[in-house]
Formats: sequence, C-alpha cells, structure tokens
Amino acid sequence: MNLLEVRNLRVAYGAIEALKGISLEVREGEILTLIGGNGAGKTTTLRTISGLLKPVAGDILFQGDSLLKYRPHEIVQKGIIHVPEGRRVFARMTVQENLEMGAYVRSDKDGIAEDMEKVFTLFPRLKERRNQLAGTLSGGEQQMLAIGRALMSRPRVLLMDEPSMGLAPVLVEEIFDTIRELNQKQGLTILLVEQNAHMALQIAHRGYVIETGRIRLHGTAKELSTNPEVQKAYLGG
Amino acid sequence: MGGFPLRQSIRYGLLAGVAVLHMSLVGMVEAFSRREIVKDTISMGQLLLILAILVLAYVAARRAVEQHPLYAVFSGALVGLVAGALLAVLALLIKPLGMREVFANASPRLVKILLFDEEGVAGVARLLAVMTASGALAGLLELLPPRVRRPLVYALLATLTLGLLRDIFAVVLPRKVSRFLYTSSGLTQAGLLTFLAMWGVVFTFWETLGVRLQREVRSLPPAQQRPLQWTSYALVAALLVGMPFILGERGSYIFEVLDIVGIYIIMGLGLNIVVGFAGLLDLGYVAFFAIGAYTMAVLTTPELQVVRAVIPQMTFWEALPLALLASLLSGIILGIPVLKTRGDYLAIITLGFGEIIRLLVLSDFLKPYLGGAQGVTGIARPTFGDWYAKDPQDYYFFILIAIAIGFFISVRLKDSRLGRAWKAIREDEDVAIAMGIDHVATKLTAFATGATLAGLSGAIFAAKLNSMAPHSFNLLISINVLCLLIVGGMGSLPGVVVGAFALVGLPELLREFAEYRLLVYGAALVAMMLLKPEGLWPETLHVRELRAEPVKVSPVPAAGEAPGSK
Ligand SMILES: Nc1ncnc2c1ncn2[C@@H]1O[C@H](COP(=O)(O)OP(=O)(O)OP(=O)(O)O)[C@@H](O)[C@H]1O
Ligand SMILES: [Mg+2]
Repeated sequence: MNLLEVRNLRVAYGAIEALKGISLEVREGEILTLIGGNGAGKTTTLRTISGLLKPVAGDILFQGDSLLKYRPHEIVQKGIIHVPEGRRVFARMTVQENLEMGAYVRSDKDGIAEDMEKVFTLFPRLKERRNQLAGTLSGGEQQMLAIGRALMSRPRVLLMDEPSMGLAPVLVEEIFDTIRELNQKQGLTILLVEQNAHMALQIAHRGYVIETGRIRLHGTAKELSTNPEVQKAYLGG
Repeated sequence: MGGFPLRQSIRYGLLAGVAVLHMSLVGMVEAFSRREIVKDTISMGQLLLILAILVLAYVAARRAVEQHPLYAVFSGALVGLVAGALLAVLALLIKPLGMREVFANASPRLVKILLFDEEGVAGVARLLAVMTASGALAGLLELLPPRVRRPLVYALLATLTLGLLRDIFAVVLPRKVSRFLYTSSGLTQAGLLTFLAMWGVVFTFWETLGVRLQREVRSLPPAQQRPLQWTSYALVAALLVGMPFILGERGSYIFEVLDIVGIYIIMGLGLNIVVGFAGLLDLGYVAFFAIGAYTMAVLTTPELQVVRAVIPQMTFWEALPLALLASLLSGIILGIPVLKTRGDYLAIITLGFGEIIRLLVLSDFLKPYLGGAQGVTGIARPTFGDWYAKDPQDYYFFILIAIAIGFFISVRLKDSRLGRAWKAIREDEDVAIAMGIDHVATKLTAFATGATLAGLSGAIFAAKLNSMAPHSFNLLISINVLCLLIVGGMGSLPGVVVGAFALVGLPELLREFAEYRLLVYGAALVAMMLLKPEGLWPETLHVRELRAEPVKVSPVPAAGEAPGSK
C-alpha cells in the first residue's frame, strides 16, 4: 500500500521552477531513495512534503489524505518527520534536551523515557554524552543525534535529507547500517534523499532518480544499480 | 626572562594619559569633583582619573609580570608616571597658553583639582606621586594571589560605592552614625577606614567560608537543599517587604529610585521572555509600555471630554485589567504580521512600531482622545477603601507585587513545554518546526506575554506619576531595557534585577552628572562586552558557551572531510 504519494508536484521559488512535476510513491515498510546531483530538487521535495513550501500545483497524499491543507506542525503530528540536511542539532542544548525536543508532540512520559533508552541502545555514543552540549559533538555524533531526535517522535515516515553529507566513509557505513536496522527491525518507512547513490542503493528497496526538477528514472534498487545510465552518472563507472 | 618592557609601559602610559587629558578637557573631572568621595582627600573627579590609571596600569602589569614579578610594579608605576606627567603639563600650561579660549573647561578650578589643591611644584609633585603610586598599586594587585586580590578589590569598590551613594545612606543611617561616616558630600576619613575594614572582613569571609558553604549546600541532596532555598527566598522577601517600615519617612528618596528601577525590572522581565527566551529581537518594546500607560491614563482621567462622553471615568482597579488586555491585544496584533519575518527584519519592524505609537500619542489629530503633546493629568491612584497610594513607598509595594508576578510567570514558563519550544525556536527555527512546534503560535505567545508585562509596568507608571507626557515613551526606553538584559545576562532572571540596578539605579543616583551619563553608560557597555560578554549574572548555560567549550554551530562540513559521500 502507498503510505505517501506525491502527484505531479510543481514547486517554484519566485520565477524559478525547482520541481517541474514530480510523482513518486512511498510504500509502507520500505526504504525508498531519491537520488540526484546538486540542485536537482531533492531538498525541495522533502520541504514541500513537510509543509514548509507550498506547491504551485500537484498534491501530496498521506494514507489517501491530502497534506496540503495542513500546517507544518500538524504534518509532524501525523508522524511525518523530517531530518533536515546538514545535521542541524540545537547546538546550545544538551544531547538529552535535544532528544526531549524530538518528543515535543508527545505527552506520554513513560513512552518517551522508553524511546530514549532505545535511541541510546541504537547510538551508545550519545548515551555517554547525554549531558554534553550538542554543538560540541563531532559531525558523526551530530548526525546520530539528529536521527535519534527524529525517532523520539515515533515517526510513521522518516524523511531523511542526505544523512551521509560530510561524514567519513566509516561513519557513513555506520549510519546506513542503523537506517537499515530501523527499517528491518521496527518496520519504519523511510524516504532517503541522497547524493551518495552507491550507499543509498545498497540499503534501499526502490529508488527514483531526479534531475533538474524531473524524475528521470525509477525502479527497484537492483534495477537502478545495474542501469548503465545510473552507473555512469552516479556510481562513477 | 626578558628585559623590562619599557616601550610597552610607556605606550600604556600614553594611552592612560590621553584618556585622563580627555576627561579633564571635556569637563568630566570638574563636574564630578563636585562630589567628594573622602573629605579633603579625594573627589570623584580625581577618582575618575585614578581609575583610568589603575585599569591601564593593571593591563600593562599583567603583560610585564611574565618577564619578572617585580616588573609588574615598575610597569604599573611607569604608566602612572607617564600619564601623570601629561596631566602635569596640562595643568602648568593652561594659564600661560590661555587654553581657556579653546577649551571652555580648562578653568583655574580644573588646575586646582589636578594639582590636588596645591600650587606649583608642590602640586605637580603631589599629582605625580599619586598617579605613580596608583599605577604601582595596580601592579601590586597583579602580584597578589586571587584569593587576596579579589576581596581587596571588592572591598575598595564597595567602599567607593558607599561613598558615591552618600545621599541614600547618610539619610537612612541613624544620625550619629551618619555624622561619623559621612560629610555633606562624601565619606569622612573615619568612614573610609570603617567601610574598608568592614568590607574587607566581609569579602575575605565570603572568599573562604562563604564559598565553602556554598559548595557544601550544593552537594546536599535536592530534598535537603530545597528548605534552605526557601528559607533564603523567604528572608529576601521579608527584607523587601519590611524595608519601607524600617526606613519610614527617611526612605522616600530610596523608594523613589527603587520604584523607577522596579518599573524597569517589570519591563525587563517581559522583554526577557521575548528576547532572552524566544530570541525575538524587539526594538519597539516601549510601545507596549506606552499602551499600558495610556490605557490607564485615558480611562481614569477626568479630562479628555470626548472620551468621558462615551466611557465613564474608571478607578485604577477597573482600568488595570483593561490596560493589560490592551497591551496583550496589541502584542498579538503587531505579532501576527511581524512574526513571519526573522532576525534583522523583525528588529526593524518593531523599531518602526515603537516610533509609530510615540508619534500617535504625540499627534494633534488624536489630541482629544490621548491628550497630544501636553499629555494627560489627573490619572487615578490605586485605592483600598479610603486608603490611596501617594508616597513612593506605597507604589513600591505595587511594583514589588508586579515584579513577583513577572518572576513567577517567567520561572513557570521557562521550564514548561512552551518554554522549551521558545528555546528551540531561538536555536533553530526550521528544526523547531520539524519537531512539530507551531512556530507562529509559539512566537506569538512570547510576544503577547512580553507585551502584557510591559503594559502592567506602564499602567503602574502612569498611576504613580499621575500625569503623563508622550515624551516619556521614546526609543531610549526600548534600548535601555534591552541593554539591561545584556548587562545582566540574557535569559537570566536575577540578571534582569542586577542589570536594572546597574543601568537604571546607578544613573538615577548620579543625576547631577546627567551630561556625562550616556558617555559613562556607553563606555561601561563596551567594557562589559569585552570583559564579561555573558552578563553580570548569566544563565549558567550561557557561560559555558561563551567561555569554556567552543561550540561548533556551523553544520556545513569542511571541504575534504567527506571523501566517501560524493
Ligand atoms: N530558497 C530558495 N530560493 C531560490 N531558489 C532555491 C531555494 N532553495 C533552492 N533553490 C533552487 O532550487 C533548486 C533545487 O534545490 P534543492 O535544494 O532542492 O536541491 P538538492 O537536490 O537538495 O541539492 P543538494 O544535493 O545540493 O542539496 C536549485 O536550483 C536551487 O538553487
Ligand atoms: Mg539538498
């Protein structure tokens, strides 16, 4: 079943059209990846789904319900959580406070405490640093925190914007393992935006390739990784 | 070990010299000399000169001490000597060169002050001796261990403050004590020694026992800490409430000043919510103060016939809720269009709003409703049955209650869900939205709460003055409130109080130097930002951030950090 569906979405910044009619489907329980180069429109797509940008035309459906009528915080309440690009943590709050902020839309204290332990099991490094200011964490730890913080809201769909950005290969590996684990163990649906097509296609079930505001190709991860065009443009061979 | 830093010391000496020459020639020294700090010994003008020397000599000594401990003293003394020599040249040349023609302040009286009431060679010797000694003293201070230096400096500062605040304390103290300690314009020599000794003991005690006590209390389990905390709160509250009764009639002047400080504290608490908690830079905050004040004025005055024809004259208590409501609503109304903008834009728009409100109350067009340039008189006083507030002491209680309310609201909100949402928005608005925070509603509540506190402050202000002129509501008030937050420590509640006393209370007490108030004020702010950017009483977190650990805020990865990601 399609949990999230984007239909013919057009988004413009002033006169510049960044998305020129994009359609994609996210199925319940899968990792879907959206790959594309700089300025292709990946971030724009996620920001529009989150309600931060208003489309010129098209529709976004969550379980059949159009999201366009909702404000950003209402979309979060529905369980659609955005992990923004560039590991944006609340620098002057501690790790723990950051995680608590993630649970802002919830009020079940016990559940929150339980989920925080889960995040700490997932990222033991965060547990050691729970009272450290988030701004003083390393880049990798900040990305872990950003993901952990998103998990604190018990998402239905996680929209991840380039989690590999600026991280050393070992860390990218570690983060992607975690993403796969979240999907496999908890059945979390993930829309993963990446430039790192090689890594993304390894963990995703299906993928779309976006180029200058249009979907160029789509298919299963396997199909895409063997597609000569994709190989040439995104996999360096 | 290097050689003596001769050139550097001379450089600092020249710097100090320029500073003291400047202070002398713009007339500060003379103006401040009207007030004696210690009888027949030192006036405030002279103190000003010495302070300039002390600061620069201390800085020079700090550098010199790296070469050799004794160099600190030499370097400090040299700074004093060089600056003193410049002053001496000035004092000697004023008359022969006819400098008065160019510098109106280069008067014979200035010469007298500079030469410490002596003449010719004796005067110059005295000037040089005092300046050199001051410089050397600053150098000596540098050599002392902090445990000794700190109580000493604090005791000196506290004693000087008591000398400065003569007008307050000389009146408050019992007659005989007052005679012993104070003259008509400053401290007596006996007073100086008494205060120095007293503060010396107090601060030494604090540095040793006090700090240990504090540490021990901190290490207690929270359950045991709490009663102690409440006891100290209760003591402070009892002191605050009891003060008017203890001081009685003698306290009028103090309470006059305290009331003004209090009015600013209420506003400060409100703006602290807007800027400190939610991070929204509001430069037109005075608008809400004006709206509270004018609502109170217009509703309770017997004048303004046009208004009276429609709305009957109200009492203070009837008008108060309406004044709060008016400022709350104006906070929301201004907030809605404004809060979509961010940062700098918000500052500019609020600035404009503040000016618009001021111009409206000034305008002839609205004169029948708001009183125009003449303002409004006959504003109601708060009453209880037959009793009505008249003295500053009476208003003191109202202000105290309003401050307590402001504190209560701030404390409760700070750690609430809303408080966390404010903090998140202050840190990163986009991510806050991604966490499910309704940013518009959240910012609006901050704006509205702040506006209401300003309105409360304004309503009390109007009732206290009884009459009101539109000129009271200018941009300077917004700036003042913002500055007191910065000086006290952004986001910190005790900081608001400390900031208000420093920036409103002190200048209020030094009214006679009004001309130089802003100058000193500006210098103090600059010094503050350089030396203690986190404020006088900062929020704990803020200190961490500005001092100890460098915070990496930039989320952008450095080039080459990520070989595997592209
Ligand atoms: N706020 C904005 N104003 C104007 N143009 C914008 C804005 N944000 C993005 N764009 C433009 O829209 C296009 C798509 O940008 P977007 O950020 O969605 O790309 P992206 O695929 O996320 O790229 P990257 O991988 O570099 O993050 C780009 O041409 C970009 O310049
Ligand atoms: Mg992007």
